[in-house]
Amino acid sequence: MAHGPAKGLSRWLFTTNHKDIGTMYLWFSFLMFFLGGLFALVIRAELFQPGLQIVEPAFFNQMTTLHGLIMVFGAVMPAFVGLANWMLPMMIGAPDMALPRMNNWSFWILPFAFAALVSTLFMEGGAPDFGWTFYAPLSTTYAPPSVTLFIFSVHIMGASSIMGAINIIATILNMRAPGMTLMKMPLFVWTWLITAYLLIAVMPVLAGVVTMMLMDIHFGTSFFDAAGGGDPVLFQHIFWFFGHPEVYIMILPAFGIVSAIIPTFARKPLFGYSSMVYATASIAFLSFIVWAHHMFTVGMPLAGELIFMYATMLIAVPTGVKVFNWVTTMWRGAMTFETPMLFSIAFVILFTIGGFSGLMLAIAPADFQYHDTYFVVAHFHYVLVPGAIFSITAAVYYWLPKWCGRMYDEAMGRVHFWIAFIGLNVTFFPMHFSGLAGMPRRIPDYNPLWADWNMISSVGAFLFGAAQVLFLYIVIRTIIGGKKASDEVWEASHGLEWTVASPAPYHTFSTPPEVK
Amino acid sequence: MRFPLRTPIALCVLLFFVLSASISYASEWRLNMTEGVTAVSQEVFSLHMLIFWICCGIGVVVFGVMFVSMFLHRKSRGAVAANFHESTALEFVWTIIPLLILVGMAYPATTTLMKIYDTEDAEVDVLITGYQWKWKYDFPEQGVSFFSNMSTPKEQILGGAEKGEHYLLEVDEPLLIPVDKKVRFLVTAADVIHSWWVPDLAVKRDAIPGYINQAWTKVQEPGVFRGQCAELCGKDHGFMPIEVHAVSQDEFDQWIAAKQARAQEIAEAAKQTLSFDELYTQGEAIYANQCATCHQPNGEGVAGVFPAIAGSPIALGALDEHLSRVVKGLGAMPAFGEQLTPVELAAVVTFQRNAFGNNMGDIVQPIDIVNYKQGQ
Repeated sequence: MAHGPAKGLSRWLFTTNHKDIGTMYLWFSFLMFFLGGLFALVIRAELFQPGLQIVEPAFFNQMTTLHGLIMVFGAVMPAFVGLANWMLPMMIGAPDMALPRMNNWSFWILPFAFAALVSTLFMEGGAPDFGWTFYAPLSTTYAPPSVTLFIFSVHIMGASSIMGAINIIATILNMRAPGMTLMKMPLFVWTWLITAYLLIAVMPVLAGVVTMMLMDIHFGTSFFDAAGGGDPVLFQHIFWFFGHPEVYIMILPAFGIVSAIIPTFARKPLFGYSSMVYATASIAFLSFIVWAHHMFTVGMPLAGELIFMYATMLIAVPTGVKVFNWVTTMWRGAMTFETPMLFSIAFVILFTIGGFSGLMLAIAPADFQYHDTYFVVAHFHYVLVPGAIFSITAAVYYWLPKWCGRMYDEAMGRVHFWIAFIGLNVTFFPMHFSGLAGMPRRIPDYNPLWADWNMISSVGAFLFGAAQVLFLYIVIRTIIGGKKASDEVWEASHGLEWTVASPAPYHTFSTPPEVK
Repeated sequence: MRFPLRTPIALCVLLFFVLSASISYASEWRLNMTEGVTAVSQEVFSLHMLIFWICCGIGVVVFGVMFVSMFLHRKSRGAVAANFHESTALEFVWTIIPLLILVGMAYPATTTLMKIYDTEDAEVDVLITGYQWKWKYDFPEQGVSFFSNMSTPKEQILGGAEKGEHYLLEVDEPLLIPVDKKVRFLVTAADVIHSWWVPDLAVKRDAIPGYINQAWTKVQEPGVFRGQCAELCGKDHGFMPIEVHAVSQDEFDQWIAAKQARAQEIAEAAKQTLSFDELYTQGEAIYANQCATCHQPNGEGVAGVFPAIAGSPIALGALDEHLSRVVKGLGAMPAFGEQLTPVELAAVVTFQRNAFGNNMGDIVQPIDIVNYKQGQ
């Protein structure tokens, strides 16, 4: 039974091994993270001071669009799928994913999707320039020709996500070791199970909306063209029916990661396990009925505004439950602050700050002032960077020793954390101020009124970028020269993944473990 | 190695509180939302501050407990982990308390929202239309209509000249509204979605093709209020500011009268016959203002997006086709029929047919434009 991987390139091309595929997902997402980050730095360099210095407004719009698309679909989502591939089978005591060939396919179409997307930069008329939300008719009648390729690549990304989600659900529901009941599953498994259902529910909606765009652009329909009897606001409703669950897709697995890490370093079981599960499910349910809070200014009737405002405010309740549970898990623990714990604690604090600004944005009358300003940019970067990115970083530090059998350098990990933490806050905290002071988002130039905050943000952004280069160095150095890690890795590690050797053998749990 | 944790943590906590506290000094530092100049904008501001302080309160409690725990319950201090992991009572409490806070918050938010939505009984109506990348204002009752373009010179943007105080927030033709009157804004768009936002009035309404959205304001004191388009609308989204002047009823009436007289002049001017040189020179200036951002100053366009004027089959083809494209637009090309006067349209079409090596030799007179538009 025990045979190793194939040799050379074919190992990676034809692999059906969940660990190999997980590794490829993670490296791919790392690459996309740097590319999306590079685009962000172009934006921040242009905004360093008022006036147009570095790029043209048209190119600036291409940068904001590609930055958003690549970070969402290329960096965050594949990273979570990569973590799921690596960890889910090991956490539930399964030998592999349920559908290994589809697993290979769902990864390997991704590089083509993103190659197509990035290649639009070199097309006549340039890359998509209508923002990652691609509102019609700017993205249809008024779009550059590259929009067609953009639609194609979104279709491929969607197919990849749906296949990944099906695989995850099939694995979790069918392949748990004997005794691993649903309510014994680690929270990372739970949050991914719920995330996978969200993906299956909303990715087809995204595919639908881009297909309607394609029809409008090439086949003479008028779904979103008012001149033909269509409705530009319909686009936004469909987009956000996908888009709001989508932002939860990018945060629920993060909840799972943090719920694994905090108990380990507090040396105390997770507080309120079952309430965590129910809270996750509630958040997922609510995510389907709040979409129009992204559209408070489109002129919905009063009743519509109120319903979406109340539903949105409700999300604070289950989210609050989660935060309180994490804090109570830490309470009266015996904490140590290794790098994964540092990133997880920063996650709890900064994600909560992002939650606060989210609550503020939910108040519709106030949202008339916040909407489409840098306050919103600050809000969603506070939930996505310390939320998704920090949790992924924490997960890498936490499980890397299990993956490669070697320990990272703790001092360097902490240096990485502090540079990233300071860089992040210096970048995004001032955006609250520039936004409240009236700076709209997605503009390449601005009144000197907001110059100070923008300069600070730009400095922070380059600091944050530097921290990620250090991260890459730490990861590579760990893999090629880190100290040997023990099988448990962490003093208080808990769960099936820590019962296998470090590095995890190519095949694990060929015979299912018994869970008591 | 034990990494010195306490100092950076303390620094961050300090930073957070200094930053949060500094928000309350907002008006001088431009950190905070404007209180604005209307009753509604002040209500919105109070809502914003209320929810902000609620968040700060929750933050102090939650982060406070966290920091105490991080300080006391660390292994290096000899802490031994407890083993509790469940409490239905606690879960219940921290579900109910936030719920009550939210209900308390929802009440004032609802009443303010109802006021914002009450657009009845307006005394003045303004129709606002978003164009790429300018605003058009109509007073339907007074028969006044005009475009408002950004007036910041290119040199300031490209760094050749010092930036003025109202850099990117100034226009050639501001919108005037009378003080102490309920002014209703009817907001729509001619091409893509824009959003008309003036922070001091707390009015932000999306301008959407095919929709007429409503908003209103009642300004107490005269003043100048500036804003910007808030919805990404293409290349020059950052360059379509809004300038609203609230003035006395007298001043407003005079301004309306002047606008009406100007409209009369334009109608008269459309009857005159101009020489080729007059048309060409005027056309050149209009081209630079209106066409060059897309079709480029040299008429070469941008490959794949904006067609060239030089050698264009439209500019070198039948006049009717050319007029149709300019007056009615097509796809990404805006309809200039309402944006330019007949004289201006005649001038710019004459210019395009005779510049950049296009040697059609035609002359288009203002009356041709009037006739063309009537024929449609």
